[in-house]
Amino acid sequence: MSVLVYTETENGVFKKAAFEVASYAKAVANTLGTTVTAVAFNANSTGDLAAYGADKVLNIKNDQLSDFNAKAYANAIKQAAQKEDAKVVIISSSADSKFLAGLLAIGLNAGYASNVVSAPESASPFTVKRTAFTNKAFSFTEINTDVKLIGLSKNAFGLVEASGAAAEEAFEPSVADSDFGVKTTSVDKATDKVTIADAEVVVSAGRGMKGPENWGMIEELADVLGAATACSKPVSDMGWRPHGEHVGQTGKPVASNLYIAIGISGAIQHLAGINSSKVKVVINNDAEAPFFKAADYGVVGDAFEIVPSLIEKLKQFKAQNA
Amino acid sequence: MKILVCISHVPDTTSKINFTDGDTKFDTNGVQFVINPNDEFGLTRAMWFKEKQGASVDVVNVGGAETEPTLRKALAIGADTAIRVNAEATDGAFVAKQLAKVAQDGGYDLIIAGRESIDYNGGMVPGMLAELIGANFVNTCIGLEVDGSNATATREIDGGKETSTTSLPLVVGGQKGLVEESDLRIPNMRGIMMARKKPLNVVEATDASADSSATKFEKPAPKGAVKLVDAGNLDELVNLLHTEAKVI
Ligand SMILES: Cc1cc2nc3c(=O)[nH]c(=O)nc-3n(C[C@H](O)[C@H](O)[C@H](O)COP(=O)(O)OP(=O)(O)OC[C@H]3O[C@@H](n4cnc5c(N)ncnc54)[C@H](O)[C@@H]3O)c2cc1C
Ligand SMILES: Nc1ncnc2c1ncn2[C@@H]1O[C@H](COP(=O)(O)O)[C@@H](O)[C@H]1O
Repeated sequence: MSVLVYTETENGVFKKAAFEVASYAKAVANTLGTTVTAVAFNANSTGDLAAYGADKVLNIKNDQLSDFNAKAYANAIKQAAQKEDAKVVIISSSADSKFLAGLLAIGLNAGYASNVVSAPESASPFTVKRTAFTNKAFSFTEINTDVKLIGLSKNAFGLVEASGAAAEEAFEPSVADSDFGVKTTSVDKATDKVTIADAEVVVSAGRGMKGPENWGMIEELADVLGAATACSKPVSDMGWRPHGEHVGQTGKPVASNLYIAIGISGAIQHLAGINSSKVKVVINNDAEAPFFKAADYGVVGDAFEIVPSLIEKLKQFKAQNA
Repeated sequence: MKILVCISHVPDTTSKINFTDGDTKFDTNGVQFVINPNDEFGLTRAMWFKEKQGASVDVVNVGGAETEPTLRKALAIGADTAIRVNAEATDGAFVAKQLAKVAQDGGYDLIIAGRESIDYNGGMVPGMLAELIGANFVNTCIGLEVDGSNATATREIDGGKETSTTSLPLVVGGQKGLVEESDLRIPNMRGIMMARKKPLNVVEATDASADSSATKFEKPAPKGAVKLVDAGNLDELVNLLHTEAKVI
């Protein structure tokens, strides 16, 4: 009866989110007095997972499962959970994990809680704290089913190192043709850019930037910080930036360590999507902009002067701390 | 093609969120309810199919009588029939089971739900529904074409997008991108008048249990005051981010 955690890989290498969910799984396993089994697809090497608490890794090597397919992956994870007799199954909040979550929940007859932000409040009744009302509040949710599925919010639990060894075990779930009712034909993904979902730092800009031609400095700032770029809703609505960059209540949620908002007023819908970021910095020429009430650090002034100057300061800082 | 659009009835995005009864219930006092924004994109895409390819469009909500104005709004936008499953939407699994019954009884080819409701933002219902009825499923859907019983769907992935081919019956979890913001429809007078005469059928809930329940709510801790840094002293900002916030 171990805790099962789905640890995602990208080109065979574990994502950072995999280590976070493994850390979380270890905490849950400790409360329940059991061990952690991780399940991964086509991982090159599974050794790294031990450092974050996995006791055993089921590494599924199957060419049919080389690319993500929600239904096929959900079925394989379900079989892993059944083999391990797992009562708690843990997944991340990535787009892929959220895609397969509902399928897996029904497959396992498991009650599902998404966007969970901390270790269970209690094991019996099994209660977790999750965000609700798009980050405007938290809800304590009790799951009443025998098997529980937990979707962990990104960057909510952090990485916790553990010592130990993880035994790798080959696992061959059965794969059915009916799993492939949806076939991926093309993937269009910028591989040289940090994604909003994975980024530690997000540099976001709004209508205060006046026009798309002024995004050069935003990208440069993001570059210096190794950050992902994001934008407010009107900016993507006007086509200044791609839809995928729209963050907020109706866009992507942001849960980075650092969020820098430039020329964004701080409307309630914008703040709702970004307030799980740990540290917020606002740059705005209007000292009355609502964002200042939500931010940790603020600079009042013209972004067109501040951003280039901040880029220089950060470059100097990096040179000194390299 | 028979299309079903699942409509979640949610507080307007400007709503301040408060709780009553010892923080166990959402305080609906003074809160304006709207069609969940993700569902609005789906509904508009459904109207496009209706007009360009010929389709019937039904809308469904699982909720009490208070959600009927939201369903009427969907009818005013152009849906043909509304269905309300008369039950309190206790959790995602419960709602998915109710929707599965409606979907099966109606024999729908395409079911458009939203990626998530902006209230409890579970992101649970569409996938559960698809699995319950054995339909194909595409989540975070930002593009959808249907040709006979084949469909092409584009979904947003972390850092890009992915296109797939699939077939009906299909459930999608939709969002902005299914149609553009500027294509969203606001009900006009004629639509509102016509909506009054369109059927809004109330059906009783099937026997299904909820898997989870929200026992208590909590608001985030109030934020400390912002630390302002002078525009001429950005070294200070870099220093604070490094030594105090420890984020660079
Ligand atoms: C249903 C609904 C859903 C929504 N969902 C979202 C969402 O998910 N995400 C989202 O972002 N918005 C959302 N919105 C929109 C939201 O209400 C705001 O309109 C939007 O966030 C404002 O974007 P902005 O801050 O870029 O623009 P503005 O509000 O126009 O603000 C621009 C800011 O730039 C500042 N500025 C101007 N010039 C400079 C300069 N030279 N230097 C520095 N600062 C400058 C101004 O002082 C101002 O504060 C939603 C709205 C609705 C109705
Ligand atoms: N009570 C409900 N009635 C009808 N559809 C719903 C209901 N709740 C959720 N949905 C649908 O499921 C989607 C995702 O909701 P959720 O899983 O609650 O985040 C919504 O965008 C709706 O399309």
